[in-house]
Amino acid sequence: MLNVSVYRYNPDVDSAPRMQDYQVDTGGKDLMVLDVMELLKAQDPTLVFRRSCREGVCGSDGLNINGKNGLACVTPLSECVRNNRLVLRPLPGLPVIRDLVIDMGQFYAQYEKIQPWLINDTPAPAIERLQSPEEREKLDGLYECILCACCSTACPSFWWNPDKFIGPAGLLQAYRFLADSRDTAAEERLAELDDPFSVFRCHSIQNCVAVCPKELNPTRAIGHIRTLLLRSGT
Amino acid sequence: MGVKPVTSLGRSGLSDWLIQRVSAVVIAVYVLVMVGYLAVHPDLSYLQWAALHQQFWVRLLTLATVLAIAAHAWIGVWAVLTDYVTVRLMGAKATVLRIALELATIALILAYVVWAIEILWGA
Repeated sequence: MLNVSVYRYNPDVDSAPRMQDYQVDTGGKDLMVLDVMELLKAQDPTLVFRRSCREGVCGSDGLNINGKNGLACVTPLSECVRNNRLVLRPLPGLPVIRDLVIDMGQFYAQYEKIQPWLINDTPAPAIERLQSPEEREKLDGLYECILCACCSTACPSFWWNPDKFIGPAGLLQAYRFLADSRDTAAEERLAELDDPFSVFRCHSIQNCVAVCPKELNPTRAIGHIRTLLLRSGT
Repeated sequence: MGVKPVTSLGRSGLSDWLIQRVSAVVIAVYVLVMVGYLAVHPDLSYLQWAALHQQFWVRLLTLATVLAIAAHAWIGVWAVLTDYVTVRLMGAKATVLRIALELATIALILAYVVWAIEILWGA
């Protein structure tokens, strides 16, 4: 039997959050954390969490698993369980709506700030804007982000200033559009980032890199943004 | 980004970031020069030490280092204060407290800079 401790909070009933202990029979298998949560849900239908694709594509089930952010659906027990104990908490730093469900509003607001769409005022060609294979390659390691928020909610700078610091997820996407050969708004994008908070609250501690379930590297993307700012601002 | 910060040193993240890096290099050079000098003069006398600091280039380097520390400290302390002493974390009283701490930091840094200049170039 696996000992599982889960963060519980129902603002309609509870005055404060608490940890609730469960025991789950995993049948000796190396289940994914999400499988364990489904077994918990069968035991206790009042437990609330988000999930959808169950294969690391939708980014719904980002959690703090034994102290480290990750996607429950692609984290096997063998990777996170120590001393037969699994501790599940919501992603840190954002408001809890109920149990393991957080309010992602601030996270999305930061994403929206970087204008996550192509800006190009030149006349559209008849069929499509072409890219060379080399130009397309620059987007590798950037476009794969699924916006699960594991990185931004692992970042102390985002915890302290979620309203001002864009955070690793948003900045990875900011660079994804700065690096896109089809985008013509680089100068305008950079001008929006040159304040002491948006980019420069990043102190390169690389928590984001350590937790990204897609093994992306926001710190490197932020470094590229700094280089672009240096190039145009010095 | 909405309101532009008025208390950050360069009023721009890029400028603060660059000043922080350049000042760190200046401080590192000074530490290396001083530690190196002390290492090759194990039996240093007061007169030798005073003579070193009479030289123009040493005074210049010391002054540059003092100014670098002043800028470096202000950028660092400002970042810490705007991380932790915020309305978000502490409620309404944070703004007054943060401005007070910022002013105290500026006063302290200015005092150190003036004092250092007096030591270096005074009588």
